[in-house]
Amino acid sequence: MGDTVTAHVDDHHGHHEQDFWSTYVFSTDHKMIGFQYLFTGLFMAAVGGFMAYVFRMQLAFPGESVPGFGLVTPGDYNALITNHGTIMIFWVAMPMLIAAFGNFLIPLMIGCDDMVFPRLNRLSYQIFLISTILLLAGFFVPGGAFGGAWTTYPPLAARGEYNLTPLGAPIWLLAVALEIVAFLLGGINFVTTVMNSRAPGMKMMDIPIVIWMIIIAVVLFMFSVGPLVAGAVMLLFDQVLGTSFFIPSGGGDPVLFQHLFWFFGHPEVYVILLPEMGIVAEIITVFSRKKLFGYKLIVYTTFMVGILSMIVWAHHQFIAGIDPRMASVFSFTTILISIPIAVTFFAYIATLYGGSIEFKLPMLWAIGMIAEFLVGGVTGIYLGASGLDIYFHENTFVVAHFHYTMFPIVILGGFAGMYYWYPKMFGRMMNETLGKIHFWGTIIPFNFIFMPLFSLGIGGQHRRIYNYLNFPDLASPEFQNLRVLATTATVIMLLFQIPFVINWFRSMKSGEEAGNNPWKANTLEWVAPSPPPHGNFPDGLPTVYRGPYEYSVPGRDEDYWPQNAPN
Amino acid sequence: MTAESHGHTNYVKIWGILLFLLVVSVVGPMLEIPVLTLITAFGIAIVKALMVAAYFMHLNIEKRYVWYMLISGLVALLVLFVGLSSDIMTDTGKNWEDCIATSSCVEQRL
Amino acid sequence: MSLAKPIATTREVTGIPTGRLAVWWVIASEIVIFGGLVTCYLLMRLNNVSWGDEASHTSTAAGATNTFVLLTSSLFIVLAHAAAEKKDTEKAFKFIWYTIGMGLVFLLVKSYEYTTEISHGYTIFKSVFWSFYYTATGLHALHVIGGMVIMGIISMDVKKGKELQRVELIGLYWHFVDIVWIFLFPLLYIAK
Repeated sequence: MGDTVTAHVDDHHGHHEQDFWSTYVFSTDHKMIGFQYLFTGLFMAAVGGFMAYVFRMQLAFPGESVPGFGLVTPGDYNALITNHGTIMIFWVAMPMLIAAFGNFLIPLMIGCDDMVFPRLNRLSYQIFLISTILLLAGFFVPGGAFGGAWTTYPPLAARGEYNLTPLGAPIWLLAVALEIVAFLLGGINFVTTVMNSRAPGMKMMDIPIVIWMIIIAVVLFMFSVGPLVAGAVMLLFDQVLGTSFFIPSGGGDPVLFQHLFWFFGHPEVYVILLPEMGIVAEIITVFSRKKLFGYKLIVYTTFMVGILSMIVWAHHQFIAGIDPRMASVFSFTTILISIPIAVTFFAYIATLYGGSIEFKLPMLWAIGMIAEFLVGGVTGIYLGASGLDIYFHENTFVVAHFHYTMFPIVILGGFAGMYYWYPKMFGRMMNETLGKIHFWGTIIPFNFIFMPLFSLGIGGQHRRIYNYLNFPDLASPEFQNLRVLATTATVIMLLFQIPFVINWFRSMKSGEEAGNNPWKANTLEWVAPSPPPHGNFPDGLPTVYRGPYEYSVPGRDEDYWPQNAPN
Repeated sequence: MTAESHGHTNYVKIWGILLFLLVVSVVGPMLEIPVLTLITAFGIAIVKALMVAAYFMHLNIEKRYVWYMLISGLVALLVLFVGLSSDIMTDTGKNWEDCIATSSCVEQRL
Repeated sequence: MSLAKPIATTREVTGIPTGRLAVWWVIASEIVIFGGLVTCYLLMRLNNVSWGDEASHTSTAAGATNTFVLLTSSLFIVLAHAAAEKKDTEKAFKFIWYTIGMGLVFLLVKSYEYTTEISHGYTIFKSVFWSFYYTATGLHALHVIGGMVIMGIISMDVKKGKELQRVELIGLYWHFVDIVWIFLFPLLYIAK
């Protein structure tokens, strides 16, 4: 695709020939930075997936050598669990859903030629890349990578002599801090771009839902991450200098860090969820050829979700001994937040109702996401009630719940977005058959991984067990069969990602030519050539005349009505 | 920015008021009346901050929603404070001792 | 590919120039960072009466001097902005360097304070109050240094009469750093 991009650049802008470095590595073009984030995210997803494979094998067959890894020591196990969580949230979900799609889509969808601060954008990716390298470097330092869970609760995380990774822990923390800095820089760029650089005629309520959602997510991120940045500095001082911010024996308060972490950590769930809901909204409207149901309603409820998500964080700490009076308050707000989210999903279902639905690949993934996320949402109600949570929070029930929310969001939603915008990214269509194999090969094993974990959890399998053989109650064949089932399904699901990799790279070369608008969609990115050249719109930047979801308008020959078409 | 309407003297005058407030906030606590200290120290800090924001940062002639942007950050902090207060401002757990450091863990377990 | 400014940068849908809008967002996110630290400090301070005794070892005189220095530097940078608006590059350049000089005075007073306190045994390990003291003032000092470096870079362009709007942008940031100090001063120095 690189050749086509450079060719277009030369054609339309008369720029001199770009060498490899300035095209792919030090580019300030928002699309290339989006790709950099996307490919880094996909690479890290593979790393995180491999980690999941190793510790799932250890859980099902403890003490046996894992093919491709070897024997898993308790330290390895902790490091793998910790970094699996960290990577999947901070190095897969954030870069793919926000940074990659945000970078690629924002200028295209609001009809301008680039971000307002292209060099800041490049800096953001470079800091992110450094943080990625730093995180992975943690595995190669003496003492190994940090193993105190991705939540880094002190005192365990605050002292090298407690967590036994005196180098791994600060490296982990620095990597996460740098990653947050990268996204703050990127986020400021996103918000400023959307606020100030929309195409002429694009009013606030003409902005595509996915852009709205990304912006609300970014603002949410900016307002919630601050205390954690302060907390990270304090924790770093505890680790490196030996202060006692979070060490009770020195007068500090460990629960303080938990609060700072979850004050960010819970909005973070919505930071990831919202962009993905936006992606799904775009896809279901296009593939049911119907106007999005309740555009304004969705925007307002999303604001509501953003506000409510700032006051639910302590439901992660019901078992940490927090004040029971506060626990009731947070139980209430937690259950309350399901209302606006449910409203949004009902609006999506109402969009599907009566539409002419085409089950193309992106639509499959989007529908799959809505269906699977439902399970995650419903089990969340159990955990939101502070009494029930005391039991469920410390066993694999919560693990299953978490993955039923995060997996549909990040993996199913992420793939939906990738399949949907692939023609725009690379100018060619992906193979439908391979895509369908990939879809069914992902979604069926996914349920076989995490459904058993609900049962195991209710049965009492604690979620932080290195070797179940140490717990005679858990060694019964019923439990063991469920564990083996989950592990086998993990391996199968990971193997079914191979068709995707083949499809992704083969379609770049030999896929069917996509043309500008293969899905007959309205939004502005489909006006640009595929792939868009540097500057995005060679025929001049578009002007907007209407909202993004005018499908099947009565009295028109075409069933779609692009935003930039005068009539 | 339409700062032409803000003459030179204006800034110097604001600066003078700020310095006066600074003196009050330093002298106030010397009277050793706790309530007065609170008012002179923190009340004046808020006034000073608002003056700098309004006149030096020109928030008085900036678009209204910039205020809202900045204030929503403060609201987030207020939520944080309220949410944390019931946990952090208690004394339970204060007598926890570091049994690893004093190597008394073994005896505790026995 | 950073050859020409993208058209996106020149658009101004909200009516606020892009650079200034971005600085407002930077400040909004910084408010939560410093505010988070101050919130933690306040929560623990209100619960620990003994911290008042610790705080009595900070030097109110030095704190007040630094408040004066920062307020004056704020005046200088706003005068630089006013000059830049009238395209008076000489004067703007001069006032930017006055501001940098004030920043330097601030740092000198700060390092004198640190030295005295550390030599009297009030190090970052003494108690959680002192940990907060050094973290908050240190983080603030880092922002001062950062602001000074950026001002130095900007002043070179200003002298040539280029990118004059940047004087206002760095000014906004500098005032914000000033406001943070206005709150740190009573929190760490006055309240005993």
